[in-house]
Amino acid sequence: MSLGQVALWSLVALPAGAGALLALTWRADRVAVPVSMAVAALSVGLSLLVAVERPSVAVAFVANAPFGLAVDALAALTLPTLTVVSLLVLLAATGQIRHAQARFHGLMLLFVASVAVTVTATTLPTLLFAWEIMGAASYALIGFWWRDTDRVSAGLTAFLTTRATDLGLYVAAAAALAGGAGLALTDLPAAVTGWRHVIAAGILAAALGKAAQLPVSFWLSRAMAGPSPVSALLHSAAMVAMGGYLLLRVQPLLAATGWAGPVAMWVGALTALLIGAVAVAQRDVKQLLAASTCAQLGFVVMAAGAGTVAGGAAHLVAHAATKALLFLGAGAWLSTLGTQQLAELRGVVGRWRLVGWSATVGALALAGIPPLSLWATKDAVLTGVLRHSPVLYVVGLAASLLSAAYAGKLLMVIWRRPTADRDGDRERAPQRAITRLEQAPLVVLALASASAGVLALPPAAAMLARAVDERDAVSASLLELAASAALAVAVVLLVARRPVPEPRWALRWLGLQNAAHALVARPTVRLADLLARFDDRVLDRAVERVAAASAHAARRAAVLDDRWVDGTVERFAAGMRRLGQLARRPQSGQVHQYYRQAIVVLVVAVVVLVAAG
Amino acid sequence: MLSVIVFLPLAAAVALVAVPRVGDTAARALWVAVAAVDLALIAILWARYDSPAAGELAYEERVAWIPGVNSSYHVGVDGLSLPLVAMTAVIFLACAMYALREQHRPRAQAALFLFLQSVSLGLFVAADLILFFVFFDLSIVGMFFVIAGWGHGDRRHSALKFFLYTFLGSLALLVGFIGFYVAADPHTFDMLDLTAAPPLAGRPLLGGLVLAAILLGLAVKTPTVPFHTWLPPAHTDAPAVGSAVLAGVLLKMGTYGFVRIAMPMLPTAWRAWAWVIITVGVVSVIYGALVALAQSNLKRMVAYTSVNHMGYIVLAVGVAGLTAGTAQTRSVAVTGAVTQMVSHGLITAALFLLAGVLRNRAGTYDMREYGGLAAPAPAFATLFAVGAFASLGLPAFSGFIAEFQIFTGSVAAAPVSAIALLGILVTAALFLRALQRVFTGETRGQSVGFTDLRASERWSVGPLLLLSLLIGILPRPLLAVIEPAAHTVVDLVGR
Repeated sequence: MSLGQVALWSLVALPAGAGALLALTWRADRVAVPVSMAVAALSVGLSLLVAVERPSVAVAFVANAPFGLAVDALAALTLPTLTVVSLLVLLAATGQIRHAQARFHGLMLLFVASVAVTVTATTLPTLLFAWEIMGAASYALIGFWWRDTDRVSAGLTAFLTTRATDLGLYVAAAAALAGGAGLALTDLPAAVTGWRHVIAAGILAAALGKAAQLPVSFWLSRAMAGPSPVSALLHSAAMVAMGGYLLLRVQPLLAATGWAGPVAMWVGALTALLIGAVAVAQRDVKQLLAASTCAQLGFVVMAAGAGTVAGGAAHLVAHAATKALLFLGAGAWLSTLGTQQLAELRGVVGRWRLVGWSATVGALALAGIPPLSLWATKDAVLTGVLRHSPVLYVVGLAASLLSAAYAGKLLMVIWRRPTADRDGDRERAPQRAITRLEQAPLVVLALASASAGVLALPPAAAMLARAVDERDAVSASLLELAASAALAVAVVLLVARRPVPEPRWALRWLGLQNAAHALVARPTVRLADLLARFDDRVLDRAVERVAAASAHAARRAAVLDDRWVDGTVERFAAGMRRLGQLARRPQSGQVHQYYRQAIVVLVVAVVVLVAAG
Repeated sequence: MLSVIVFLPLAAAVALVAVPRVGDTAARALWVAVAAVDLALIAILWARYDSPAAGELAYEERVAWIPGVNSSYHVGVDGLSLPLVAMTAVIFLACAMYALREQHRPRAQAALFLFLQSVSLGLFVAADLILFFVFFDLSIVGMFFVIAGWGHGDRRHSALKFFLYTFLGSLALLVGFIGFYVAADPHTFDMLDLTAAPPLAGRPLLGGLVLAAILLGLAVKTPTVPFHTWLPPAHTDAPAVGSAVLAGVLLKMGTYGFVRIAMPMLPTAWRAWAWVIITVGVVSVIYGALVALAQSNLKRMVAYTSVNHMGYIVLAVGVAGLTAGTAQTRSVAVTGAVTQMVSHGLITAALFLLAGVLRNRAGTYDMREYGGLAAPAPAFATLFAVGAFASLGLPAFSGFIAEFQIFTGSVAAAPVSAIALLGILVTAALFLRALQRVFTGETRGQSVGFTDLRASERWSVGPLLLLSLLIGILPRPLLAVIEPAAHTVVDLVGR
């Protein structure tokens, strides 16, 4: 086994083992933070090592499909992003998570391990293995504060929604088995045509579900009930991002079907547009950021559909840094001020400068202001989309303007000077200090968020495209870049001047959750109740009735037996006894009676003989 | 060796009954010791096991028994039975550990469970139909006394219902066995002979009738919808260890019968009836999951999930009778089915033992009476959560290995069976809802002052779940044993 292979196994086993131990031993709080920091730091080193070494490993797992991991260019880019963001988030979390640290860090490390497997998986069973553990870990993390039933049920919503779409991966695995090309991800495009469509549909469903694209985006809104550091990891570099990542990874399969690419592009574009509008309308910081995550992932999904793998990957990385930064920054403020409301963050930049400036960089990047990262990466994606459909390009551009709008909205609040003349605007008193340990990661993430755009600009863009085997890659023209930058600046300035509209439909996330509840959850529960009643009152009662009827029949049989069978025997016996008594009568013992009988017999005999003769 | 493993617990049981001076503590200790020794012997057996050739068994033993009807004491193991034998020993050991604190007639309980262990092991190694039948019926008798003697609630009714229902099923089974005997030439009850030369291959009507009788008997025991209604009351009123054995071991006797008897001995009829079996499987999966979702009694809920989990097995063995798809996809499904038998045994036994803790502490299984239990009982909450996730088929646990193979194999051969995938979604919903109801929120109701798991409870449940985890992460040692046998079964059905 080479060094790279050892590193790859360790990258998975180390956080998984440490995480499981921490999560299961609830008295390990004292060692939790050091252990978790050490493991996370080591993971960063390991991820850099495997990114250079590009190892691949495989062990036998289920029939015909090994448990295989490999690091290719896409994984080499994503893995360090994952480990670095995890380390920074865990570092920042030490300030916000003070209780049950062992459980928190344990679950986070388990989660990181499962994402590492997802990123490097080479076969469908391996992918599904990690994919579902990722979901379960996120359930436990969203419901981390389990005394609030609301938060736990938010985790339940997230897990069930994503598992519903995960079923697509089971179907895809079955189709791959039937399709004859094997269960390796790279072999999927070679499957028999009919089955290939099924595989693509299954993977598409699973990926779109995890990426919180329409129509299941609502689970991400609920997921905001979790602690902010959880959101910072799960909804930036991992989990949601993995939905987009999977589509980038299986892009050849999508392309091979003919229809999956356009479907992905449309779903991504519509999500970016509609959930972008949802983000603009939000009044709760975390809800705004969550909606923005859906919308930004929409660009990644679009990239996969358009075949712009390099652009999509760059956008994924840039978004991971940006969103982790914003979630951590917002989380620090929110936990300090004890609120979730956007309006309560008025003027926070002036009070916490380092956090404020970092968050400002993040928000500007999110708005698409040059030269920050998302400006360039998003345009790289849109350029790829333009090749396929100008209409989609326009939709995408509109979506990017919306991201400028919601980022601008965020900026305006945190920079607006608090006016002390109205009661509602009085500054909230901080409930705790924001520690240095919380602030340091923000600076690192801000630097990354500012600079990650180079991945989508020459010359790095071309290198990345070559590395991920992208054919006929195109990069955004200067005109496109300039135009989108000008539009973004214009939108931000516009938002600064006049408040954005907050329509109810957008505020409520298009009513998606209510729809899912009314159309799926409630009918299922009602059907379950109905069937349970049927089971008790019809099926079980039928069995009991058969048993009761048998007992009844047995009693009847007993009566029959007594009265008729036994009675007949008794009556027969009584008859015989009577006959016996009759037969005894002639035997009186008196001679004259015997003579009389003899004479009678003789006479009868003579008469019979004469008559017969 | 095999006979020693089978009859060692019985010998201990006889000793416990025959020597009345054995104290309660000694009886409990003896039970644990015998169960542990038996498990160790099986471990040795497993270590020295080589997959036998098709149509043969490993560790075969044969002694004339009732020569008049060509029935012999014939035992042996292969890839179908060895995992179940090991699982049986593990579950009985866990029960012995759990019962270390039992106060109600521990000596009789130990004897009864040791008897049940012998019977269960005997059934899985039996290679003769009469022998199989004897063990099958004795298991019913043993479980009847467990429920009636150590149960609670309406235990007499439940025990009687269980006994009569499954006993009637076993009679149907006997009718089928006699059908085999009559049709075979020369007349025999030997499983290997009947497998080598299926007696009813050329007679579709008679073959169908015999299969119907056997399916009925096994369907009651498994149980599948609509023959499952004895299961919920039996579980609800049985003691925790009784439920663990009933769900973990006794239910497997039904599903084991499919792969050991029905499929290899009636290949033609099995293929003809494949769609019926698949339908029953899919209905059991969905129906069991939905009815479980509606329960508020935790133990009843877990009982209904057993119907759901057994449904996956029935689905997979049904698919093996299809001519669509390749033999490879079908053997993936059958491998998954046998894995599921082991996996369900471990996980459900753990869940039933944990459910027993609820009754032991607070006297009720009603989930509405609890809330926020994670605060006073963190260990209990952790183990139950692990068990719940294992049961809902989360990867890294054995259930995933089983269900992944069942689904890929089944859906590949019969795409319509993808409906059954909804089963894993509903089980996820019901387990998470149960977790939420019982363990989260404010600590209230019966949760207040709840004592956390004791050592004996931890050490009985923990290893079961750990084993499930091990299989889930490193499935090869188990699958390497099952796969050749599954191939053989699929080949036999395909004849």
